[in-house]
Amino acid sequence: MTEVKIAADGVNFYYGAKRALHDIRVAIRPHVVTAFIGPSGCGKSTFLRTLNRMNDLIPDTRLEGSIRIDGQDIYAPSVDVVALRRRVGMVFQKSNPFPKSIVENVAYGLKINRIANGRADLSHRVEESLKAAALWDEVKDRLHEPALSLSGGQQQRLCIARALAIKPDIVLMDEPASALDPIATQRIEELIYQLKDKYTIVIVTHNMQQAARVSDFTAFFWLGRMVEYDETRKIFTAPAEKLTEDYVTGRFG
Amino acid sequence: MRRYLADRAFAALGLVGLLAALAALAALLLDVILDGAPRLSWQFLTSYPSRFAASAGILPAILGTFYVIVLTGVMAVPVGVAAAVYLEEYGAQGRLGRVIEINIANLAGVPSIVYGLLGLGLFVRALALGRSVVAGAATLALLVLPVVILATREALRAVPKSLREGSYALGATQWQTTQHQVLPAALPGILTGVILALSRAIGETAPLIIVGAVAYVRFVPDSLWSPFTVLPIQIFNWVSRPQAGFAENAAAGIIVLLVMLVLMNGAAILIRDRFQRRRIA
Repeated sequence: MTEVKIAADGVNFYYGAKRALHDIRVAIRPHVVTAFIGPSGCGKSTFLRTLNRMNDLIPDTRLEGSIRIDGQDIYAPSVDVVALRRRVGMVFQKSNPFPKSIVENVAYGLKINRIANGRADLSHRVEESLKAAALWDEVKDRLHEPALSLSGGQQQRLCIARALAIKPDIVLMDEPASALDPIATQRIEELIYQLKDKYTIVIVTHNMQQAARVSDFTAFFWLGRMVEYDETRKIFTAPAEKLTEDYVTGRFG
Repeated sequence: MRRYLADRAFAALGLVGLLAALAALAALLLDVILDGAPRLSWQFLTSYPSRFAASAGILPAILGTFYVIVLTGVMAVPVGVAAAVYLEEYGAQGRLGRVIEINIANLAGVPSIVYGLLGLGLFVRALALGRSVVAGAATLALLVLPVVILATREALRAVPKSLREGSYALGATQWQTTQHQVLPAALPGILTGVILALSRAIGETAPLIIVGAVAYVRFVPDSLWSPFTVLPIQIFNWVSRPQAGFAENAAAGIIVLLVMLVLMNGAAILIRDRFQRRRIA
């Protein structure tokens, strides 16, 4: 039996009376990159945000079914949501650095979770995270400058560094490159490729080439349902479903 | 062609409106300065009230205003900010939140004299604080509390959702998110609201008359329980006297009050700008 990191079973999700996800069933493997693709409004971002319970912050939403991470039901009443989000990091579509200095952005998660052991350890971990996000060389001389003075691509890598600093198991990325130019996008994609040894990565993208380039597995969403989930190679070359084929060949979407 | 004409007509109308407002202000300032400036002196600033206009001074009113406003801020700001944070970040969403918000907005519009009566009944009599600095400040704190709450709520609402999500996604608790991200981001807006609220409080006369500030105070308030006076009351008292000398005193007192207001607002704006620069720049 193959190893499973995240297992969703019969997941339905509602915004008020509107049903956004229909019976999602998926088993995501550890240390691979899994891409969610599909047209806008198909539920891929909604599903991604159920994995670290980010949707809890939206009033009047409801989830049915179960989502297990390492076998533990993350919607069980006993689950500590704060601790869950520490294990399941997230990078957002629009880069959202805190309006503080570069170093404070990375140190924030370490401080609030009381991870670092003193100042030296803190700065060591900050450096390590910035290196892991391939940003260190560009910012090492200006660590105390405001994060908002960085370019869009740098800001997004800073957000990745910030997420990596607290050493999550899983990193969720919600269209992390959709607001970036092609060169910045390429850097993010290279980064994702490097990170999968250490992390389980789930990425939402509406860019099919991106999914084909960075991911090992791909799930295709359509109208709140998961139409097909398989190895990326198969999804793009020999999909089982007609709908998937129409979408990946650009016949609609 | 007609729409260009309308365009220019509106610009002209706007300019007339602006000039009218400025002219009224200029007339007021000029009148006050002409009457009061000759009376301004070190002696005036450091003397106690007197039956004789020429030897009367404004020291107790300046200090009284200072103490009352500082104390009002100390009481109203923490309570108001805490209430707004609770309303906006924690509880009271939906219907209940709207009902509470409408009521607070109504409270902000209640005439100040009503707060004076409340202060008299609650602080002066029921809590037996007497006609003291603390009773006056507590009354003004109640008066400005709705303004502080509404302004803080507005400032909190303007903090982008992405900032909160970024913090939660790193495993922050709600209080950590509020304390480290939301409140600092909202601070400039909160400060603006506090400035407006305290500027309103500094000019209030009616509620303090009811609570029992007296115009003839021959000493500087030496504790929170002392009787006191404030600038608007001193000014009001002088204006209502028949002798010409007291009219000059009143004008000079108005200048002092205006200078205090400008200093207070200026300081607050400076603090706010410094804070904003440090965060964004």
